[in-house]
Amino acid sequence: MGKVGIIGVGQSAFVRGYPGSIRELAFEGFKEGMQDAQITTKDIDASVICSAPEYDKQRSPAGVFAEYFGLTPQPTFYVETLCSSSSMGVRLAYSLIKAGLHDVIAVVGFQKMSEISSAESQERMGRGADIQWESPFGTMMPAYYAMYARAHMAKYGTTSDDLALIRVKAATYGQINEKAVYRKAVTFEMFSDPESPMSNPVASPLRVGDCCANADGSSCVIVANEEKAKALCKKPVWILGLGAASTAVNMAGRDMFTGLTVGEQAGEQAYKMAGVTAKDIDVAEVHDCFTIAEMMAYENLGFAKPGEGKELIKGKETYKEGSIPVNVDGGLLSKGHPIGATGGSQVRTIVLQLRGEAGEMQVKDPEIGLVHNIGGVGLYGNVTILGR
Amino acid sequence: MGKEKKKVDDRFKKFGTVTFTSITKINDFIDKLEQGKIMGTKCKECGLVFFPPRADCYQCFKSDMEWFEVTGKGKLISFSKLEFAPVGFGDDLPYAIALLDYGDYKVFGRIAGDVPEDEVEVGMEMVTVSNTLPSGQLNYVFQKA
Ligand SMILES: [Zn+2]
Repeated sequence: MGKVGIIGVGQSAFVRGYPGSIRELAFEGFKEGMQDAQITTKDIDASVICSAPEYDKQRSPAGVFAEYFGLTPQPTFYVETLCSSSSMGVRLAYSLIKAGLHDVIAVVGFQKMSEISSAESQERMGRGADIQWESPFGTMMPAYYAMYARAHMAKYGTTSDDLALIRVKAATYGQINEKAVYRKAVTFEMFSDPESPMSNPVASPLRVGDCCANADGSSCVIVANEEKAKALCKKPVWILGLGAASTAVNMAGRDMFTGLTVGEQAGEQAYKMAGVTAKDIDVAEVHDCFTIAEMMAYENLGFAKPGEGKELIKGKETYKEGSIPVNVDGGLLSKGHPIGATGGSQVRTIVLQLRGEAGEMQVKDPEIGLVHNIGGVGLYGNVTILGR
Repeated sequence: MGKEKKKVDDRFKKFGTVTFTSITKINDFIDKLEQGKIMGTKCKECGLVFFPPRADCYQCFKSDMEWFEVTGKGKLISFSKLEFAPVGFGDDLPYAIALLDYGDYKVFGRIAGDVPEDEVEVGMEMVTVSNTLPSGQLNYVFQKA
């Protein structure tokens, strides 16, 4: 069995209020992926469309997109695992190619969140939790992650200041990422300045500055078997390892509140499959929907021991020049988080890094990169390890 | 109840400020909640304990449950006070969601509105009590033990 490679990546700008329909939004990412791969629609023999469905009026967008992309009559289908949908799409593309059913697959993730209000959006995200037993209490994503933050603080002495440092890092790179929705600087001082929106409480102990920016956006990852990848692409990036896990949807069914079991388990699987350890990772994209989520990812992926994630960020080890650069594209916090597009965007960042094409965000000569993508409140986890 | 057989048993719609479920096989939970009891289920076949309650056991694939009451003190695992709320919950603000550990099971709910935030800390003991919302809807909340 041959390897499976990534031969093209694309992403739309992540924006507020995209001035177009979902098919047009998705086309932006798809077009860039195809142009990056320098192939035509004839080279693609299946498409996988990824998003969280509640935001759209269109049912079953896969068929609509396939037609708009010029990818009919090839098979197309839809994949959904909330915020990790497009990482799951890449996993499925990998398995379809390994099974020999297809040679080259376009994985397109998208989300147009701006058609509904922020409160409605929170309500929809809240319904990604247990609607029978938890949503009736008035839950929302920031409050769930805030519970993890509180538990992490209580057990390990992590502080709100430690979390603020993660946002400051994200904004450092959001400013130099032309595709980021939030391009402004965020300073540590803003978190204690009542005049700054960053300091406003959302769900204690998390503040506005701890939360990612909603955005509209799309992403594309073109996955190919070894033969096609070598024939079509000068610099294929290989999928070395894949991991995926799930857990109880309700908090009452879980045992760990200082980390996400799905991140840990998906990480272990991916490391094992790739034959590498955390020490071998040169650059990583982790799911920082909230600052605490990045902190937990450091620990769940083995970049730091449990409880020691704060030392990594205090020592600036996850900056571009540090020992393990993380989210040097601004992350979900500043680049933005268009649910279904996020995983593909993370993969794109790592592919560009491994090809040495990340511009101002480029980490020095990375060979192995990791993508950590979480769906819901640690409900689904995907980890993908990529190498040159 | 019970006389008109055709009537849909949608008792669960009484649960929470806004409910998203009305028909479930464990609708008796609502009757118990009205009586002030918070109940979980225990599999009669294999003894597995469930909270929140469920109708089916994944361990032995039997669907024969008995009710047990959530009693005594649980330890507060974590909590968060919300300053913003999803659509439909705005009138409840501010409120705190929380999780209690009872050992064999955990209970997710809200901290009672009259418990001051500065008296709440992770690890403290709390009890779960039934609660009627101003709208007449039912839920349960955590009080200081
Ligand atoms: Zn059983």
